[in-house]
Amino acid sequence: MTEKTFMAGFGGQGIISLGQLWVYCGMKEGLEVTFFPFYGAEKRGGIARASVIVSTEEIASPLVTAPDSAVVMNMDSLPLCEAILKEGGTLLVNSSLVKVDTKRTDARVIKVPCNEIAERLGDVKFANMVMMGALSKATGAVKLDKLEAVLKTFFSESKHKFIPMNMRAIEEGAKAVS
Amino acid sequence: MADEKRLMKGNEAMGEAAVRAGCDAYFGYPITPQNELTAYMAKHMLDHKRVFIQAESEVSAINMVYGAAATGARSMTSSSSPGISLKQEGISYACGADVPIVVINVARSGPGLGGISPAQGDYFQSTRGGGHGDYFHIVLAPKSVQEAADLTFEAFDLADEWRMPAMVLADGMIGQMMEGVVLPQPKDPATRVAKPWASGNRPAGRPVNHVDSTHLVPEEFEQANIARYKRYDEMKKTLVRYEEQHVEDADLILAAYGTSARVCLGAMQMARKLGLKVGLFRPITLWPFPEKRLGELAGKRFLTVEMSMGQMVEDVRLHTRGKSEVSFYGRCGGMIPTEEDVLAEIRRILKK
Repeated sequence: MTEKTFMAGFGGQGIISLGQLWVYCGMKEGLEVTFFPFYGAEKRGGIARASVIVSTEEIASPLVTAPDSAVVMNMDSLPLCEAILKEGGTLLVNSSLVKVDTKRTDARVIKVPCNEIAERLGDVKFANMVMMGALSKATGAVKLDKLEAVLKTFFSESKHKFIPMNMRAIEEGAKAVS
Repeated sequence: MADEKRLMKGNEAMGEAAVRAGCDAYFGYPITPQNELTAYMAKHMLDHKRVFIQAESEVSAINMVYGAAATGARSMTSSSSPGISLKQEGISYACGADVPIVVINVARSGPGLGGISPAQGDYFQSTRGGGHGDYFHIVLAPKSVQEAADLTFEAFDLADEWRMPAMVLADGMIGQMMEGVVLPQPKDPATRVAKPWASGNRPAGRPVNHVDSTHLVPEEFEQANIARYKRYDEMKKTLVRYEEQHVEDADLILAAYGTSARVCLGAMQMARKLGLKVGLFRPITLWPFPEKRLGELAGKRFLTVEMSMGQMVEDVRLHTRGKSEVSFYGRCGGMIPTEEDVLAEIRRILKK
């Protein structure tokens, strides 16, 4: 099994955290993983993109050019993700911000209103976690069953109080995938 | 007991590997895309009661490394392409004075200030002695975060053993990406190579050591250089490292190092699925270069893939001695070749 995912959005949406947590959990589940972020000169804002691969095999190029799945967190990212998604790939769209339909008729499209779900849970900042839940459910590549332990290492002690909210965001995201 | 597998950025893994190798002193100056390495050392060297200095410039940093190493300390610096250019004078001095230092280059695109994206345009500079004078130094090229950590750790031992700079030539992809890594166990200081040549505080009555690259008597200097080149010959016999896959039955061998080799591995797997006999040859030591092995493979067809306009391809041509047809595919300016690009090139060459 190899799942290549391309993640895209704008700086501040938690794309980088999403990618890092995805591969962290993948690694804890015994998979080979790579996470390669697009890096620019900006300290904040700008575009946020990441090439993310989890696999049962040795991973060749860390650069994802024909993703099995693509995470589209904002409107600007849609054209790029549409252009590179593999034939028949999975397109996960944050429908809170992406209001148009994809032109890709071959794709399996999953719309998740990440911002709305996150706001309902208490904070829009959890939108990326909602998407991660959806990604896990849709691809099955990373089960996220070790997520709670991972979050304890990922977050500093002072932020541990947010872990239950993160877990709920993941669950809600998974539920949004039918 | 081995460490648990950790998820780390290449830059941080190289930093931690250096700490574990017993790096006594780190001197650096910030530059993207290696900043996390300097930041890691800033955070962790003082905890270990070691030296960390952010110098006022790259030139200053490399001379601090040279000075600290002359006293026998394990010392290192890291930078990225334009910064490494600035350090070349110091590296030449370290080579001339036979001083072991460790230099990490998380290369970016050039020439000039260039860009901050990954590139492999520093191959010539690294493998041909980037400063003035007759010299070479060790160049190690990792393909993954794991190898970046392992080779950084080992670079300290190799530098000490051969009394010369050891460079780890990574790139922005290796530095910036995260992968699982099992870090090497900390080096026992008792197992370090002795440095009776080092200068500094000597017990009373013992002769004073001078560590210097100055030689004003041509007859003596020539002999010193000849002795150094004998050491180089010895290294070519014992230090060379490479990885190869499916070269024996290959109609076409992909030759690539570092990030490009990862891309080529993917292209090779895709080609094999199509029934094309493609192999992969990946030098791990760029200096000493695996010239003998390439000589044995001479006659096979090669495709060299680099993130440059073509540098290592010259070594592949040189050491296959005109017996191989050697093609080149490269991207530059911070562009990374894709597996699909390389596969298309393979099909074009094999006409399949």
